[in-house]
Amino acid sequence: MTASSVDIALFAAKVGLVFFVILTLAAYLVFAERRILAWVQDRKGPNRVGPFGLLQPLADLIKLLTKEDFLPSAADKWLFYLAPAMAAIPAIMIFAVIPFGAPLTVAGHAVPLVVADLNIGLLFFLALSSIAVYGVAIGGWASNSKYSLLGGIRGLAQLISYELSMGLSLVPIVMLARSFSLTEIVDAQRTIPFIIYQPLAFIIFLISITAECKRIPFDLPEAEGELVAGFHTEYSGMRFGLFFVGEYINIIVLGGLATTLFLGGWHGPLLPPVIWFTLKTLAFAFFFIWMRGTLPRLRYDQLMHLGWKVLTPLALMNILVTAWWLMLKNHM
Amino acid sequence: MEQTIFYILAAAAVLATVLAITEKHPVHAILFLVTSLFSMATIFYLLMAPLVAAFEVILYAGAIMVLFLFVIMMLDLGHPEKGLAPHWKEWLPAAVLSGISIASLVLVIVSRHAAPAAPAAMPTIREVAVRLFQEHGLAVELISLQLLFALVGALYLGRQAKSGDSK
Repeated sequence: MTASSVDIALFAAKVGLVFFVILTLAAYLVFAERRILAWVQDRKGPNRVGPFGLLQPLADLIKLLTKEDFLPSAADKWLFYLAPAMAAIPAIMIFAVIPFGAPLTVAGHAVPLVVADLNIGLLFFLALSSIAVYGVAIGGWASNSKYSLLGGIRGLAQLISYELSMGLSLVPIVMLARSFSLTEIVDAQRTIPFIIYQPLAFIIFLISITAECKRIPFDLPEAEGELVAGFHTEYSGMRFGLFFVGEYINIIVLGGLATTLFLGGWHGPLLPPVIWFTLKTLAFAFFFIWMRGTLPRLRYDQLMHLGWKVLTPLALMNILVTAWWLMLKNHM
Repeated sequence: MEQTIFYILAAAAVLATVLAITEKHPVHAILFLVTSLFSMATIFYLLMAPLVAAFEVILYAGAIMVLFLFVIMMLDLGHPEKGLAPHWKEWLPAAVLSGISIASLVLVIVSRHAAPAAPAAMPTIREVAVRLFQEHGLAVELISLQLLFALVGALYLGRQAKSGDSK
């Protein structure tokens, strides 16, 4: 424990910057989603506030903050108040283990561009994503509304089902990189990104994180056609805002994770590493929005079928094949 | 510094566990238990066992407790306040047994007054994996077989009830 005050200041600045960038990016992702969806559907989208509507997130924020904070009668008061935080906090905490750039040197002090390089980084992500389930379930349950409860139960079942295939699809990555640390996984992809070796794992992971984000075609916990708004039906004002922003933080974080695990993280030619990381992450965000504009929602039994009978066995097969391949390669 | 964090977490774990037992509402009880498990996981991390900490959260807090919550929300247990209070004949053996284990734990702690020094370095995941799957590979396989048996047994019991209903 010989951290100088300069190191501590640099660390605090890094954490503050990460928070600021992610929250701003999440707010602008909402705006981007509305504009891109409008473009997909041949509409104009929000374009009145500021140039090209760029101040729309600010207007939305003011609107959400000044709305009434509403508590349904017979709701479980404390859990109702806690649930939005339980959904948003794990999402932003996952970003702590994602390396978003090559290590820098500021005034003679090495600054790795990752908040915490844990040697169990990948397991840290899995742990937090399994904790994030509680926000959805408790939010739906504490509202004391049938729509919310149904949304909460659906969310619970969906998230635990797809967490399984998500976790299994990452095992080959660990086998190839021989490490759980995300920094080392990025280093292992210096020449060839893992998507080349593991296209199947990438597809399974991509489908699973779409389900983890509760995005179309997996947005059954919200399903506005049947459940009003699912687990957050009864929420208003900034509490709803927290659920909403949590979802977009989740998109950024999971996109960043897919970048780190399969697309070589911040490695890339010509451009600076941070730019490469941001571009790849935003490409995933764009893909999610594009899918929302294109695909219909799955039925509940189709969702469960896909998760348990298709993705999970495929992921297990993929682990087996990768293990054989690695063993044969080492014995040649 | 680390000691202070440990005592705060330990207090949180004990308090949350007591509340999990005394709380009448199952959903609240589950959340207290999750809090307790989370504090335990952080304590494991402080004790240089990051792998155990991660598995504590992934398996216990993230999978088993979520399944509990799912079952409770699905079944709608109605009025938990009217739950059956156990008869003294039912809780007395449990009380005696837990009294014995707590007494032996206290004895062990008191007799071994000097705290053992923590290991200097965090063991890497590779070391843990080598220990687990090369030295104790057979034990791991046996335990996994046991879990498989339990799974098959549960499936069998579930099937039995289903076919009985349809008759």
